[in-house]
Amino acid sequence: MPVMTYLDAARTGLAEEMRRDRLVWAVGEDLGRGGVFGQYRGLQEEFGPDRISDAPISEAAIMGACVGAAMMGTRPVVEMRFSDFALCAVDELVNQAAKARFMFGGQTRVPLVVREPMGMWRSSAAQHSQSLEAWYAHIPGLVVACPATPADNKGLLKSAIRCDDPVVFLEHKNLWPLEGEVPEGDATVPFGVARTVRAGDDITVVSWSAQLHVCDRAAATLAASGIGVDLIDLRTLWPWDKAAVLASVGRTGRLLVVHEAVTVAGFGAEIAATVAERTGARVRRLGAPRAPIGYAPPVEDAVRVTEEAIVAACRDMVGAGA
Amino acid sequence: MPTDSPTRNLDVARLRGLHRMMWRIRALEEAALQGLTDKLVLGAIHPSIGQEAIAAGVVGNLRRDDVLLSTHRGHGHTLAKGASSEAMLRELLGREGGNCGGKGGSMHIADFDVGMLGANGVVGANIVIAAGAAHAVKLKGEDKVVCCIFGDGAINRGPFLEGLNWAAVFHLPVLFVCEDNGFAATTRTAGMTAGAGPSARARAFGIAAEEVDGNDVLAVDALARDLVAAIRAGGGPRFLHAHTYRLTGHTGVDPAAYRPADEVAAARLVEPVLRAREALAAAGVTSAELDADREAAEAEMRAAYDAARAAPFPGPDMAFADVQDIGSPAEEAF
Repeated sequence: MPVMTYLDAARTGLAEEMRRDRLVWAVGEDLGRGGVFGQYRGLQEEFGPDRISDAPISEAAIMGACVGAAMMGTRPVVEMRFSDFALCAVDELVNQAAKARFMFGGQTRVPLVVREPMGMWRSSAAQHSQSLEAWYAHIPGLVVACPATPADNKGLLKSAIRCDDPVVFLEHKNLWPLEGEVPEGDATVPFGVARTVRAGDDITVVSWSAQLHVCDRAAATLAASGIGVDLIDLRTLWPWDKAAVLASVGRTGRLLVVHEAVTVAGFGAEIAATVAERTGARVRRLGAPRAPIGYAPPVEDAVRVTEEAIVAACRDMVGAGA
Repeated sequence: MPTDSPTRNLDVARLRGLHRMMWRIRALEEAALQGLTDKLVLGAIHPSIGQEAIAAGVVGNLRRDDVLLSTHRGHGHTLAKGASSEAMLRELLGREGGNCGGKGGSMHIADFDVGMLGANGVVGANIVIAAGAAHAVKLKGEDKVVCCIFGDGAINRGPFLEGLNWAAVFHLPVLFVCEDNGFAATTRTAGMTAGAGPSARARAFGIAAEEVDGNDVLAVDALARDLVAAIRAGGGPRFLHAHTYRLTGHTGVDPAAYRPADEVAAARLVEPVLRAREALAAAGVTSAELDADREAAEAEMRAAYDAARAAPFPGPDMAFADVQDIGSPAEEAF
C-alpha cells in the first residue's frame, strides 16, 4: 500500500472521483492555485477551471450556489477554506441544503460535500481554530465526517462525494502532513462504521480527528503501566457507530470521550449520555474549556486536551491512582 | 422558444391568456385566504393579490424545462410555472397529494416536474441558489434559463450582492426579477434602503437592468420575453425591476393598518387584473367573455379547494421520510 499524507490522500480521492463522474466539481477561493493548504494542487491542470473553480470570497454564494447546482444534478465539492468561515454560509447549509429534500417532500436531493478544514493550528487564534462538529451533528439531514487518518481522508471523501445527501467533511488542519498507508483505487470507507485503533479491556476511549492521535499516545503510556485502552476512532459523528461503542463499553464498563471541541454541548455529551442511558456504565468527557482559542502559545495550550489529561482521566476511572 | 413577437398594438389573444392566468392566480390566493378563514390553512401565507402581472408576464415566458426559484410570496409564480392548483391547495392545507406531500406548506411550495425549485422561507436565500442552478446549467452545457424572483426587501441581504456578483462573474443564464411592492414585510422598503434602488445595484455589477410597470402585464410579458431570449442566446444574466403594489397585508392575517386607506384605494384602480380587463374590453372583448375568465378560474379553485379539504393528512411516518439515507431518523431517532 502506498504511503501518503492526509492532504495528498484527499487530493487523490477527489481526483479519482472527478475522473469517475463528470458531474463532480469543486469550487472555492484559491482552488486554481491549489487551495489554501495545497489540497487541490495540480487538479485544475487536469480538470480545467470549470471543474476546479475559483470563487469570490462569498461563502454564502459558494454554499448557496452549490445547493442550486446540486439540485440541478451536479455533485459539488464546496471548499470553505476554514470551518470558521463556513459560519458565513450557515443559512445555505442548515436552512437550505439540509432541509431541501425533506421540505420539498422528496422531490430533490442535495448531493454536496462541504470541506471545512477545522481545529487548532499553531497560533491561528479564535477565528481560525474552532472545532464545531457538534453543531452539524445537531442538524437533521446532514452527514458529518471527521477523518483522522490519510486512509480515511481518502475513503471517507470518496463516500461523501458519492453520497446523495449533504455531507459536512471536517478535515483537521494539523493532520495535513500526517503520513500513512492509503489503499489504492476504489476503496471507500462507509459512514457510521468506527475503527478500533487499539484493543484493551479496562476502559473505552472514543475520539476522532486530530484528538484521536493524542489519545493513542496516552493509550500507549497507559499500556506500559498495564491499563488496556480500547481506543475507538468514531470517524463519522452522524451517523455514529453506537453498536461499536456500546459493545466496547460492554466489555470495559467505562467510557471516556475525548474531543478537541468545547466540552459543553460537545458531541462527547451525546455519546456519554447514550452510553449511560443504555448501559449504566461510568462515563466521562474530556474537551476544551468553554473559552475562545487564544493566539499566544501559553494561552492556546491552556485549552488543549493533553496526553497527560487523558492519562490522568483514564487512571482515575480505572482506579489506578495517579 | 420565443415564437411570435408581441406587439404593443395589443395582441388580444396573448393578453387574454395572461388575463386568464392572472385570474387563476387571484382565485388561488382567494381560495388560500378562504382556507385561513376556515382554519384549514394552518400556517402563514403571503398572498400575491395585486402582483399577478409579474407572475403571469415573467413566468409565462419560461419553458417547462426552464427553472424558477421563488419567495415566501410564491403561489402565483408556482401556478404560472405549471403546477397543479389542486396539488398546491393540498400542500397549503398540509394534505397528501400536495406538491411536497404536505411537508412544506406555502413557504416551501415546489414542483420539480415543472422546474419550480422552490419557494423559500428565508428572504434572499433563493438568489444564490438560483445562481448555482444556472451554474449547473452552464456546466452541463444546457440551454435552460433560470428565473429568480425576489422582493424589494431582499436587495438588502448579503446573498443579493453575492448572488448577482456570482452570476455576472460566471456569465450565467439567470433572470433576476425584483418584484417591488414597496414593503419589506410591514416596513416601507424605501426608508431602509440606501442609494438608487435595485436596478442601480444590478448595474453596478455590470448586469443589464430594465424597469417596468409591474401592473402592466403586457409590458412585463414583452420585456421578459426579450430578456429571456437574450439570456438563452448566451448573453449572461439580466435584471428586471418590476413595480407593483401588494393589495393585501404581508401575511394573510395582516390587516396592513400601517398604510393609509386612500393609498390602497388608489392602488385598486391600477391593479393589473382590472387593467388587463379594461384593455381587453377596449379591444372589443365582451364583458361576458371577460367574466367567463374569472368564473372559470374561480370554479377551478373551488373544485381544487374542495378536493384538498377532502384529502387525508400525511401519516406520522412521513416525519422520517426524506430526511437522509445514511443516519436516517427512522433508524436513529428513538
